[in-house]
Parts: sequence; structure tokens; C-alpha cells
Amino acid sequence: MTDHAHLRHGVKDNHYKRLAIAVRELLIEKGVVTEDEIATFMARMDARSPELGARMVARAWVDPEYKKRMLADGSAAAEELGIAVDGTLLVVVENTEDVHNLFVCTLCSCYPRTILGLPPDWYKGREYRSRVINEPRAVLREFGTDIADGIELRVHDSTADMRYLILPQRPAGTEGWSEDRLAKLVTRDSMIGVSLPLRPDQLDQLEHAAE
Amino acid sequence: MRSHHDMGGEPAGPVNMAEHDYDPWEKRIDAMFSLLVQEKRLMRVDELRRGIESLEPNAYETLTYYERWIASIGKILVEKGVLDQAEVDARIAEIEQRPDAELEA
Repeated sequence: MTDHAHLRHGVKDNHYKRLAIAVRELLIEKGVVTEDEIATFMARMDARSPELGARMVARAWVDPEYKKRMLADGSAAAEELGIAVDGTLLVVVENTEDVHNLFVCTLCSCYPRTILGLPPDWYKGREYRSRVINEPRAVLREFGTDIADGIELRVHDSTADMRYLILPQRPAGTEGWSEDRLAKLVTRDSMIGVSLPLRPDQLDQLEHAAE
Repeated sequence: MRSHHDMGGEPAGPVNMAEHDYDPWEKRIDAMFSLLVQEKRLMRVDELRRGIESLEPNAYETLTYYERWIASIGKILVEKGVLDQAEVDARIAEIEQRPDAELEA
């Protein structure tokens, strides 16, 4: 740990780190869990990222039949692409010309972790959870996302057993693109609904910047 | 009465966009919990939440996210008799004697 992190966390934090070590050591000594099992679950967590969700979205953009199945049963559509959902119900909602969707977990931090990985800090924070259901337009503007007044906003509140994923609209100017190329437009935030997917010119800029 | 975690619709400031990469000790708590839920069937996600909701009301202000998690997990496992509070306390006291360097990043 760096000195900076020490300053940031201080002694209080160490109490909970000690509690975490105590719980883990005792569970291992009692034979409830093993070190290897914990390592396996950590590796599984590290393997999950928004790229999985982006694959689902890109597939839905090119394959209307897949999209139908995805909107009818998100969990099955994930599994169809080899993405495990660990027993949670995944509900996919589609953005259209008339409706823009986004999701939150007002009570805690439920999130489609198996599809998008671990949630960003703001998703778990008081400000987003408190405000997004009352003033979604204002919150979206803080994300740099302007949704026209004529478009209806729907905010979906997640539960422990039911997680949402937003299917954004396919950006204009992507006719004939491959699924892999399309997936690069699909950002994590566009699948939460707080942003729109990248436009082709934005993707170009990103790729130039990376060169 | 509305509980402190039930914050939907409450006034609050602007969304803080800063993000941090999860530290190993945070991921380890998360992995251990997922293992207990999905394979060991010793806990459920709702129980994690109940444990967090029954922390003192300012836990959201004073504890970080995974500090709340491990506080809840410890409490629920004691409640279920999987762990004993006295042995948890004794182990923490013993760990306090270990050098800080042995605490995980």
C-alpha cells in the first residue's frame, strides 16, 4: 500500500481490513471455504467487463431475431453468447426514438455485474441513487447527455434478483459495420443509460488518440 | 418510518464522477461473498443488504462500500452461527498484533 493510501484510509479502515482477514481465516479454518475457491471467484470477477454487454448489444443490432429473444429473456440471451448470469434475472430494455431508459438501484447497488463487471463508484453513491428517479434529465446532463424534452425518460429500479441492461439505439452512419466494430461503440455508460453509444466520429477520435 | 438506505427521491448534490479501481482487499471480500451465496448457499444477497441496513444510520457517511459489506457479512455469519462473535473478536485482536505490512493492500 502506498503512503498516500495510508493517509486516505487511516486506522479506521484497518479495522475493517482486519475484520475481513478474521472472517476469511476463520471460514477457511472451519472448512467452510478454501483459499482456492476465493481465488477462483476473484478471477471470475476480473474476467467480467462491459465488453460482454457490448457483445450482446452489437449482436442485437445486427440480428433482429436475437434482439427479440434478448428483449423477451435477457438471461437466456446472455447465456446464448456463453455469458453466465449466476441465477439473476436479466431484463433488457430498449431505447427508441420516443423513449430513453436508464437504471439505478435506489436501495443499494444492484447492478448487472455478470454482464458489465463491478459498478462504478457513482452508481453506488448517494447522489445518483437519490436524484436519478426525480430529476433524471438533470442527472443525465451532468453526464453530458442531453435528452430532448419530447423523449420520455424511464428510470428502472433494480433489485437483488432482477438486474437491468439498456439496449441503446444503433448510431447513425454504421450501416454495414461488422459486429466487432459495432461493439466498440457500446460503452458501459450507454448500457446503464446515462450516456449514448459513441458515434463513428467519436470512435475515430479515440482510436487516433490511442495510436 | 423510512430507513436511511432508502434514499430514492431525496435531495442530494451533483453526481461525483470520480472512479477508483477496486483494491485487492475489496475484491477479496466481494469474491468471498459471491462464493458464500452462489456455491455455499450460506448467505443471500438480501441478507447482505439487511445487514448493511441495520448498521448505524451514518454508516453510509463513515464507512466505505466494502467496509459496509464486511461489517454486514460478519454480522450475518455470526447470526447464523457459522462464526462466533467471541472468536471473531479474538482473531481481530490477534491480527492487530501483526505488523501493518501484513494487512492487505
